Amino acid sequence: MSLDTAPPPAKQQRRGTPPAPTGLSAAARWARRAPLLPALIFTIVVTQLPFVATLIISVLRWNSLDPDNRGFAGFDNYVAVFTDPNLRSSIVTTVILTVVVVVVSLILGLGLALLLDQKFFGRGLARTMLIAPFLVVPVAAALLWKHALYNPEYGLFNGALTWLWSLFGAERPPQPEWISDMPLIAVEASLVWQWTPFMMLILLAGLQSRPMDVVEAARIDGATGWQIFRYLTFPHLRQYLELGGLLGSIYIVQNFDAVFTITSGGLGTANLPYTIYQTFYQAHDYGQASAAGVVVVIGSLIIANFALRVVSSLLKDEVK
Amino acid sequence: MRRLVGVVAWFSAILFFAPVAWMVLTSLHSESDAATNPPSLGAGLTLQGYEEFFGASTGQSPWPPLINSFSASIGSTIIVLLLAIPAAYALSIKKVEKWTDVMFFFLSTKMLPVVAGLLPIYLVAQFTGMLDNISFLVILYTSMNLPIAVWLMRSFLAEVPPEILEAASIDGAGLITTLRRVVAPIAMPGIAATALICFIFSWNELLFARVLTGVVAGTAPVFLTGFVTSQGLFLAKVCAAATVVSLPVLIAGFAAQDKLVQGLSLGAVK
Repeated sequence: MSLDTAPPPAKQQRRGTPPAPTGLSAAARWARRAPLLPALIFTIVVTQLPFVATLIISVLRWNSLDPDNRGFAGFDNYVAVFTDPNLRSSIVTTVILTVVVVVVSLILGLGLALLLDQKFFGRGLARTMLIAPFLVVPVAAALLWKHALYNPEYGLFNGALTWLWSLFGAERPPQPEWISDMPLIAVEASLVWQWTPFMMLILLAGLQSRPMDVVEAARIDGATGWQIFRYLTFPHLRQYLELGGLLGSIYIVQNFDAVFTITSGGLGTANLPYTIYQTFYQAHDYGQASAAGVVVVIGSLIIANFALRVVSSLLKDEVK
Repeated sequence: MRRLVGVVAWFSAILFFAPVAWMVLTSLHSESDAATNPPSLGAGLTLQGYEEFFGASTGQSPWPPLINSFSASIGSTIIVLLLAIPAAYALSIKKVEKWTDVMFFFLSTKMLPVVAGLLPIYLVAQFTGMLDNISFLVILYTSMNLPIAVWLMRSFLAEVPPEILEAASIDGAGLITTLRRVVAPIAMPGIAATALICFIFSWNELLFARVLTGVVAGTAPVFLTGFVTSQGLFLAKVCAAATVVSLPVLIAGFAAQDKLVQGLSLGAVK
């Protein structure tokens, strides 16, 4: 297990990877391109054309309930988007939700990865149990948290509080209404539960690719466990932390299932995907929904720009 | 020290696994045992929750949505592989010029939020009469997973030794033969992992399915959204539903466990 950042050049030469085919005839170049084209054309048609359409619709006045009144709206939809308090608050919610879930699951994932990197009894089984939350279907996980864990009357959390209080013979255990008392935290907690295993797996792969001879040498030179972590393990893990953080952000920024299921976007938890879904589904204002979509795309492109820069280091050496 | 690590690790593992265990345990309780406070851990087990989920009293069978999910997931996974393997070949073994740009194009499509394309896709479906049609979901899920599959398959095909490919080409093997007889057997574990990961992503998808399907082509996650609002005692039934719908993903995920990270990190982490 290693991060595919820098394959040693010597290995490349020995494996004799053919150089970039610049000196080929036109026919030979097309023969090379042929296997790529179906996938490329399919992706362009299905993923890029809708965005072009979104861009066009975003400058139109178009409400499906009022189909005769269609026309060019200029930037009206964008003005509506930026002055709509619901949409502005959903931008803030999206940022908070993404940052909290990514940071907390990275920290927990790092802790778990450090534990699983040690030898202990039943490590394989513990690893499998830790992966399980990631393999519950997102809607099912959200339903599980909403009904079986958060329910104030018979959910597991309040049930456990009752049980704990009775254990110490105390009366009147606290029985919070988890979802209505702390709606955003309720959504975040369920997502952290699902995404921590993902972070753990990436960081564990990073830990297991550490050059152990260096760690061993440091230990012989009298380095403490903390020093080894601070000066050897952590710098090595940095790129894995970045990768986990970026991939997590890409997936969680787009989260729809948890918000839809646990709070139905209420109580200030509506994030951008949910708000766009709602604008489109309930308000039927196609122009405004598209303008909101364009704003989300621009926001994502800014994140993606950072993400691509990190990932590009993964391919850098093979380009040579 | 080692003992302490083991204790802390096991404590965390049990804590993270508890909701899953609770889901399965509750699904096997009767509705009245499922809804108690404090929880009745030792209550008798029954399959009532599952019988209810499969429509014992309502007559509403979850089979059509489950079958729809299987069709959409398996259908799109097959098309993804058919498109991704030749593409990965052109990006790793016989490389096209500017292949890194192509790779980044595929990656960048994953970074655009799908929700932004929702409306035009809906309008196209409406215009072509493909609303509530599973084939339309297959096309969308294919486009959703194709970039992941291309990245993954490229990282697997890059492992095929060039000497073998040279030998094949000297023996006069064409593209199809080379892919079928030489590349596929070596890349088989990678292909299997890619297929499982694409299957999981398609199976989990909710947003498109929710907007584009209805009574005919609704998938299992759409069926689950019927449980969002609670009415009466139905906890065992919800847990049974969540367990049944998650089962294919749990099986696929554990089967692909070793390649799961590689898949989710688009082949970046080995």
